[in-house]
Parts: sequence; structure tokens; C-alpha cells
Amino acid sequence: MPIVDQNKIRNFCIIAHIDHGKSTLADRIIEMTGLLTSREMQSQVLDNMDLERERGITIKAQAVRTVYKAADGEEYIFNLIDTPGHVDFNYEVSRSLAACDGAVLVVDAAQGIEAQTLANVYLALDHDLDVFPVLNKIDLPSAEPDRVAAEIEDVIGLEAHDAPRISAKTGINIEQVLQAIVEKIPAPKGDPAAPLRALIFDSLYDSYKGVIIFCRIKEGTVKKGTAIRMMATGAEEEVVEVGYFGAGQFIPCEELSAGMVGYITASIKNVKDTAVGDTITDKNNPCREPLPGYKKVTSMVYCGLYPADGAKYNDLRDALEKLQLNDASLFFEPETSIALGFGFRCGFLGLLHLEIIQERLEREYNLDLVTTAPGVVYRVHKKQGDVIELTNPSNLPNPSEIEYMEEPIVTAEIMVTTEFVGAIMTLCQERRGVYLGMEYIETTRALLKYELPLNEIIYDFFDALKSRSRGYASFDYEIKGYQQSELVKLDILINREEVDALSFIVHASSAYERGRKMCEKLKDEIPRHLFEIPIQAAVGGKIIARKTVKAMRKDVLAKCYGGDISRKKKLLEKQKEGKKRMRQVGNVEIPQKAFMSVLKLDEE
Amino acid sequence: MRKPLELYIHIPFCAQKCDYCDFLSGRAALSVQRLYVERLIEEIACQSAHYPGYTVVSVFLGGGTPSLLEPKQILDIMNQVKRHFRLAEDAEVTMEANPGTVTMEKLKACREGGINRISIGLQSADDRELKNLGRIHTYDEFLKTFQRVRQAGFANVNIDLMSALPGQTLASWKATLKNVTMLKPEHISAYSLIIEEGTPFYDRYHDHLELLPDENEEREMYYLTKQFLHSHGFERYEISNYAKPGYECRHNTGYWTGTEYLGLGLGASSYIQGFRFCNERDLGAYCRLKMQQEDVDDYLHKDIVRLTEKEKMEEFMFLGMRLMRGVSEREFEKRFGVRMGDVYGNVLDRLLKNRLIVADEPYVRLSEFGIDISNYVLSEFLL
Repeated sequence: MPIVDQNKIRNFCIIAHIDHGKSTLADRIIEMTGLLTSREMQSQVLDNMDLERERGITIKAQAVRTVYKAADGEEYIFNLIDTPGHVDFNYEVSRSLAACDGAVLVVDAAQGIEAQTLANVYLALDHDLDVFPVLNKIDLPSAEPDRVAAEIEDVIGLEAHDAPRISAKTGINIEQVLQAIVEKIPAPKGDPAAPLRALIFDSLYDSYKGVIIFCRIKEGTVKKGTAIRMMATGAEEEVVEVGYFGAGQFIPCEELSAGMVGYITASIKNVKDTAVGDTITDKNNPCREPLPGYKKVTSMVYCGLYPADGAKYNDLRDALEKLQLNDASLFFEPETSIALGFGFRCGFLGLLHLEIIQERLEREYNLDLVTTAPGVVYRVHKKQGDVIELTNPSNLPNPSEIEYMEEPIVTAEIMVTTEFVGAIMTLCQERRGVYLGMEYIETTRALLKYELPLNEIIYDFFDALKSRSRGYASFDYEIKGYQQSELVKLDILINREEVDALSFIVHASSAYERGRKMCEKLKDEIPRHLFEIPIQAAVGGKIIARKTVKAMRKDVLAKCYGGDISRKKKLLEKQKEGKKRMRQVGNVEIPQKAFMSVLKLDEE
Repeated sequence: MRKPLELYIHIPFCAQKCDYCDFLSGRAALSVQRLYVERLIEEIACQSAHYPGYTVVSVFLGGGTPSLLEPKQILDIMNQVKRHFRLAEDAEVTMEANPGTVTMEKLKACREGGINRISIGLQSADDRELKNLGRIHTYDEFLKTFQRVRQAGFANVNIDLMSALPGQTLASWKATLKNVTMLKPEHISAYSLIIEEGTPFYDRYHDHLELLPDENEEREMYYLTKQFLHSHGFERYEISNYAKPGYECRHNTGYWTGTEYLGLGLGASSYIQGFRFCNERDLGAYCRLKMQQEDVDDYLHKDIVRLTEKEKMEEFMFLGMRLMRGVSEREFEKRFGVRMGDVYGNVLDRLLKNRLIVADEPYVRLSEFGIDISNYVLSEFLL
């Protein structure tokens, strides 16, 4: 007999557009269900990485189990599964949703439905979750709960007239949400006696316990000693411990059975063996087929990461290895650049993921990094018939060998108030977008649908979107596939030498513009030398843009007054320090930040 | 034999702060100035106890504007110096003076106190340029000051000039040089304006470099300076300093060649027995100090750094190179017991190859191009 009554379990997640109050509501739920005292309550318990807190979003899915005593006097177990809030982590979101039976949809009562609200609701409905809405931030003077409730009913088709109207921040009406979770979210099903079938929705590396697998038991039972097998990766181990998630801690228990959410440890050394979406089964009594929906995670964005100090190469490798222990979606392999020396080509889910990794390397591992311009994975079809997945522009074969090239395309949904539709359409056109259609959500708001090349949105599309809509536009996308495109490699020559780390792939139509901007930017970044330095942009050996860094003519220190030598020396030291942060390419010293300047070409 | 010592005495007061100036100076009430001079006079007595084995070879009263002081204060300071230090008979004793603050009475007090060199801050002979700099005087007022200085009997006078000023043209700079050389001073300092952070000039020009002479004009002014002054009998002996033969400023030359110097007064820098340190920079704190031995040791001296052998070598090079004669390989070996080439071989080779320095046995000195970009060249000597 299972130790927990399935009917008393509610597995759910909270979905919302960014900043609509998901984490705050999660905090209130945890608080009100009393597993923690107020004193223990750190604000936003679920977000326990510094980085996440600063960005105000949740990156890695986590879960918490709390106990709620409902109006009927019964105690219910709530498993609240947190989902990441960024498109980079769409696949993780979908697996977290698959671990749930229902979802609480939080909508800001002042802002109404946004692009991610829709994307998340559709995703939840795709996973057959029962979704009920909650109107948050009703304490704001600008809140219009009636209007937003009507919008939810019109646009999404969810019953919203009796939706709890809450303020997660001040704690108003949270009790209604708890009661609605009991009433509106179905209890899990599944036979505890069937062969084990459990979904991995996250995992974490712990230096004592090895990999801690976060899973939802769909069928069967697992306990200490069960020999488990991951059906996709094939990894096999014996279970050491099972348990559930207290707030911020792991609480061991006897067994996990169908319907429960919890963790498993089994002396697994690498999170690569416990891929998100994989199915855990009993090696000795396997289920017939794995749970649907498993996908191998592929990196969408690549860039080169190099230690600023070449001697730190091994430190960088160690740090990447450590990060990878906890992040199976981080890819890296060694590469060499003529300009930057030894480093790594790294693959990420998206630009946010890249930034997070970069920041963690710099902050947690004290590494000073040089990052090359991020790019997407291009498919190069060669004349002999073979296809290359190109992650580093330097590896592009000779143009004469190339039949054609393909680039990844996304379908994007942009929600914007009608006054900015024109501006956003212009932006999408500038980024080679293909217009798919537009829907009016209400009279003042529209949902624009576009197909866009991924390489046009990875750098600064989101910023451009925000600035051209005064912050009102919201954006969501998913990868559609590959499409043939006229792409060229833009090379940068400094003092007539090609700098491999500055090359990038660009659509032929924007090569000239990009080349010109790149030269201009580099002209400002590269300090004057004793000689004149031409900076050129070239496509296929043909120069398309040129700028010149003039030779140094004057560099004198100010008057030395009253024998204040220390100050003079500091100035000289600053100058020398500046030289250290340079990369020597041929005769030219290039500042490290120049290698990232391609990222900021669209700055006014 | 007694060791040579230079004294620098800082007077941090001005009638008005100039817009480009980032030195430790400013306006202050007369009562504050009096209190300060009292403290300074105590400090002179107190510090002198450490230097029985030294002869003072030069004194420099700098600022700020030392000529803002009352005649008696100047005299008191100088008398205190003479009372507590052994002043060499031929010591060079300079005071800085700014037009608009100099009376005959003050100049007489200077003479009486033993001051034998006056350095006048003119900057430009163009009244519009002066006004824009935030100077309180006109060219005409400078002329009166200069005449008065000569009348008082000073036979060694420096004039400070600045090029690359906002609104300055090659022609107006040439006019300044012409006017000044006609007066036949013994020494001319000619600096290019540097926009320093924290000054009104920084706020005004840092984002508007187009308001300043462009690089070509600036370089032309600079080349003109050397050529013009040279043709009028001034020899450049340091990057920005020109003198009639025999009138090179000994005090400043001391800074470049490692002579020991003691700084007295607010924020003054010292270099003594291999230590660099600097006095308290806060005026209030300085004035509250009781200039007794303990206070001086514990509170007055800040940022005390003992130079390592390596740092001494660095300084020998990057300071010595400021002088046109350069640094002597022989002197280097004598001082440090290693050959210059053993320490700086690679650097010297590279700089020679790029024609930034010239080897002129036993001296190594900056080339003309090396002077243009001296900052770049000198930083190469940091080890």
C-alpha cells in the first residue's frame, strides 16, 4: 500500500508573464501552508541563485512540497514545481509542466495578458493541464480586474469571473488560491503497483550525494535499493535515497509512488546521465515504453570563451566542467584562435543562458574572459553532399566548396499596444522578418506573428523591441527549423591581417552595413599605435569597408607638481596596465573588449 | 660631507581657483591662512630635527599662490627655514607668484627672506585666453608684476605658459611667445593644457574636444615653442622647461635625478632615504595637528612607501628621461650595481628600433618623437 493517498496530492505549477508575480505568489503559498515560519521565510524562497534574484526570473526548475489543511479539514500535499521564465529554457518549461497535473495562471490585473502569458497557457494546455487564473496585484491603483478577467475569458477562453483577486505582495486573498488548488487541480492518477515510470524534470549535482534527480512518479514505486535505468541515456544505478522537497532542503522518505514528486539519488556522477525529459524505470521490471516528449537538448547559440590571461586556460576548463555538472545544456569543446590563443567554443540554449554562464565564470570563479561574438548554428551544405553544422565562423569552408547554407528560423509572437505596431513591424522587417499575421487581443492590443532568423534576434532584439515600444512589447519565440539563406562570412582585417576571432556570419544584404559599423567601432576601441593601422571589413577577400586608426602623435603627462612622483607613476602604471589588457595580433595591440564590440553595433 | 636636501613648502591658497587647476589649493579666509602659516612654521621646526646631516640646496615655495601671503608671513617662513635648517650659501630659493597678488612690499620681504628666484604664472599673453582659464589678471597686470619683480632686484625669473588652450590659435600662441621672450626672463615653462578630471574644464571640454585646438594645431604650437624659444636663446633641458644657459631650475632637476626632498605643509610630497610619503591633505586636519614629534610621525605623514630596488630603477629611468640629456648608463651601474642593459635590454632595443630613444654614450635620451609620446615611452620602463 502506498504511504500517501493519491487523492490528497496536488501537483501544480504557477505560470505567468515575467514580473506578473509568480515568485511572490509561490512565497505566499509556502508561507501560508505553514511549512516554514515567517522568520525562516527568506523572500522568494524558490529563487535561490543570486543571479536569478538580480534578474528577477527563475532559471532552474525547482520544487517544493508543503502541507495544506483545507476547508474540509483534510491535509493536502502540494507539490509546487517552479518553471523557468525565459524562452531560452522552453524545453525545461515543457518538462516541468509535464510533471504537473494543473497550473495556476497568474495575470497582472493592471497589465493584462502578455506574450508569455499566452505562450505559457498554450504550453500548459498542450500538456493537458487544468489551468485556472488568478488576478494579481489588485492592490495597485492601476489594477482593472474586471477588464483583465474579461480579457482572459475572451482571449484564452478560461473561466475567469470567479478567479481569485489577490495581491501576492500584501497577502490579500491567498487563502482563495489555496482552496482553488484543492478544488480545481485534479489529483494525480497512476498505478503504484505498475512498473516504474518516472519523469525527470530537473537534476542537480551535489558533491556528497552525486546527482540528485528531480522527478515525478507517473506509475510504479521507487525506493532505496531499486535498480533504475534512464531509458534515453541508458545510465543504470542503484537507488541510494529517495525523498521530497522541503523548502530549501531534501527530506528523505521511505518510497516514492505514483503521483508523487520527489528526488532520487543513486551515486550518479554526471547530470548528463540524467537528461531532463528522460524516463526512469526499474531495470529489473521495466515499463513498456518511455514517457513521451523527450528531446535531446541542443545548443542554439555558440560563442568562443577565452581566458584574458592565457595562463588561466586550465582554470577556465575546470570551471566549465564544474558548471556542466549542474547544467547539461552547457556545451563546450577546446578551440584555438590565432588572435586569442587557447579557449573553448561553448554552446548555450540562448543568449540569456550565455550571459548567465559568463557571469558565473567571472563572479564565482574569478575569471577574466574574452568573449567572441555569439552566433547560431548554421548548416553548410557542401558540393560533395556532406553537411557541416557550423558553430565557429572560422571553420566555414571555402565558398567554392559550398552548395548553399541554411540558418535557423524562429516563429515569434510579439504582443504590443496598437500605437507601436508600426514601429515593431519596421523592426521585424529590418531583421529580415516574414510577416505571418496579426490578431487583435482587444481594441488597443495586438499580437504580431513573424518568422525571424534566429541570428537576427540573439544579440539585441529584445532591447530594440523594448526601446521601440517604450517597454510595452512582450516577446516569445520557438524554433521552427532551418531555411536556406544567402549568408556570407564577414572578415575583419587589422593592419592587413585577418583576425579570426572577429569574423562572423551575416546575411549578404547586411554585410556592408555591418562591416562599416564594425570598422567604426574598432577604430574607436583600438588605441593609437606608433604607426597607422588600417581596419578593413572583407567578404570573400573583397574589401567592403575601411577605417584608419591614425598614428600616435602626442602622449604627454601633465605637469609634475611639488615632487608628487607617486601620482605620475600611477598614470604610467595605468598606461602599462592598459597594455596588459590587450591582445597582440601581429604588430597591433587590440583591447579585449573589442572582441565583443560586434555585439553592440546597433547602439546609437 | 653633508647630504643635499631640497625643501618644498606648500601654500594651498589662491585668490580664486583657476578652471583648469586640479592642484591641492583654493580660496580661504584670512584667519584660516594665518592659522595655516602658524602650523607650517611649527612643522618646519619640528621636522628639521630629523635632518641634522643635511644641507638645504634649494627651497621652493609653491602653491596655490604663495604670493598671496602677507610680507611678514613670507619672512616668518623663510626665517624659520634658516633658523632650523642649514641653508647652502648658493641655494636656489624660488617663490611662485601670480599677477594681481604681488606688491613691492612683498617682494622686498622675499628678498630679505633670502628668496632669489621668482616664478610667475602667466599662462598666456592674450586676455581672452586668460579670462577663459579663470585667471584673475590681464596681460597688462602681469607686465606690471614682472617689472616690479625686476625692480625689486630679482635676476632669476621664470614665466609659466600654457599652449593648446581653448580658443588659442597658432598666431596667438606665437604672440604670447614673442611678448614673453621680449621681456628676457631667465626661464620659461611651457606646458600643453591637460584636461584633468574634477575641474570645471573637464566638465566643459571633456565631451567637447572640438572646442580645443585640434591635434594638428596642438602639435604645431608645440613644435613652434621649441623652435621659437631656441632661436631666442632658451635651451630646452626638460620636456616642458626652457632656460638661458646656467639658469636651469635646480629644484625641479633634483626631482628628476633622485635628490632627497622634504615637503612641508599641506599635502606636500617627500622623498627621504628611499621612502616616499606625503603630508596630510585635509586642511582642517592639518591645522588641528599639534606639531610635536609624535603627531608628526603618527598623523602628518601619509602613504608612506619604501621604494624597492626595482622601483628605484624604474624611477631613475622614467624621471631621468624627462631631462633632455637623458639617463647615464654609468650612473645607473654605479647606483644599482647592475648594467642598464641587463635590466632594460629588451625595452631599450625596442625603443631604439622605433626611434623613440637615442643612445648617446653614456647617456640614453628621448628622441624628438619620443618626447612627443613620452608617456608611452616612459611607461615602458616600469618593470
